[in-house]
Amino acid sequence: MKNRLRRTMMFLNAHKASLVKDPYVYKPDSIIFDLEDAVAENQKDSARIALYNALKSIDYKGIELVVRINGLDTPHFKEDIRAAVAGGIHTVRVPKTESPEDIFTAEKEIEKAEQEFGVEVGKTLMMGAIETPLGVIKAYDIAKSSQRLMGISFGAGDFVRTMRTTRSQEGLELLAARTQVVLAARAAGIMCFDTVYTDVDNIEGFINEVKLIKQLGFDGKSIINPKQIPIIHQIFAPTQAEIRAAEKSIRTINEYAKDGIGVFTVDGQMLDIAMLEGAKRMIELAKASGIYEGDL
Amino acid sequence: MILKKNAIAGTLESSDAQIIIEPSHNGIELFIRSTVMGQYGKQIRAMVLKTLERLGVENAKVTVVDKGALDCTIKARVECAVFRAAEIKENLPWGVRI
Repeated sequence: MKNRLRRTMMFLNAHKASLVKDPYVYKPDSIIFDLEDAVAENQKDSARIALYNALKSIDYKGIELVVRINGLDTPHFKEDIRAAVAGGIHTVRVPKTESPEDIFTAEKEIEKAEQEFGVEVGKTLMMGAIETPLGVIKAYDIAKSSQRLMGISFGAGDFVRTMRTTRSQEGLELLAARTQVVLAARAAGIMCFDTVYTDVDNIEGFINEVKLIKQLGFDGKSIINPKQIPIIHQIFAPTQAEIRAAEKSIRTINEYAKDGIGVFTVDGQMLDIAMLEGAKRMIELAKASGIYEGDL
Repeated sequence: MILKKNAIAGTLESSDAQIIIEPSHNGIELFIRSTVMGQYGKQIRAMVLKTLERLGVENAKVTVVDKGALDCTIKARVECAVFRAAEIKENLPWGVRI
C-alpha cells in the first residue's frame, strides 16, 4: 500500500534471530530488516537466508515490511533483492541514492525478481535513502523517478561525514538537507522520513528532534530502539483541539461546497477546499493513534 | 547437493542455533544439543532432516546447538551451512528448495 501511516520505521539486524522473531510487539508502523550496515561482511549470506525464512514464516501482524539492501556498488544487492522479493517483502529501501539511475538500477532487479518469483510486477514498493550532499541536491529528480517510490528518507550518518561536520543537539548542520529532502518529496507527491537519532538514552534530545522534524513536514522517522516508538506516536498524534478543528473544517467545507462556495471563514480563520485533504489526514492520523471518538 | 568442505552457520545467542556441517559418506549423522531438548528435540530433528532432504543433501555429519530458536531460524541456519559447505553463493533457489 503506497499511502499508509509511517511514523515509525524500526531498523533491525536481519541476522539477529532474537530481533527478527517478534518485533511486532512494539507496534512500529514499519519494520526495516537491515542487510546493509548492521550485518558483518561475512554474514551477508546468512542474514539474507534468515530474512527470507522469517518473511515466509512469521506473522508480522500487518506491519509494513521493508528491507534495506546492500549498496548498488556491492556484490550483494542483486541477491538481496531476489531473496526479499521471493519472500514477499513490501518495500525495498535503496541506500545512498544519488541519482534517478540508482533507482532505475534497483527497480530493474526488482522487476526481474517479481517475474522470477511470480509476484505481480509493480507490486513491490521502493524508497530511496538520501545520505550524501549529491543525493540532497538531486533529491527531487530521485523522488519523481519511479512510480514504485512511496517515499524518500534522509540519512544523517554518511551525510555529516561527507559534509566534514558532526551531529549537534540542535541539528543546525542538517537543516538545509532536511528542508531540501522534504521539499523534494512533497513536490513529487511522496512521503518523507527523517534520519535515526542514535543517542538513545537522551530522551529530551530525541523529543526535541521529533518535534522539529514533524514541524518541518516529515511523515515519520527511522528508529533504532523500540523505546523511541511511543514517543514519536505521541508527538505525531493530533491534539483534541486539532481534531475538533479538522472535524469542523470537513463538515463546513462539505456544507459550503454544496452551495458552490469555495472560500469562507470559520472561527476567524479563512478556509478553502484545498484544506479538506489536510483535515481528512488529521482525522485519519487521530484514528490510527487510537484517540478518535468522532463519527467521520 | 555435494558438500565440498566443512561449514558453520548461526550463533550461540539466545533464540538462535549454530549448525556445523561436515561432508560424509555415511548418510546423515545428526547430533543435537538444545536448551529445550525434552520439549522440542523431536521437532528440531524433524526440521533439520526435512531441510536437508529438500536441499538434496544425502551425506553429511550435522551438529546442532540450539538456543531456543524458532523453526524458521533452524531452517535458515541449516540452509546457510549447506550452501556454504557446497560453496554456492549466488542464484540461490528461493521458493524452490529453500
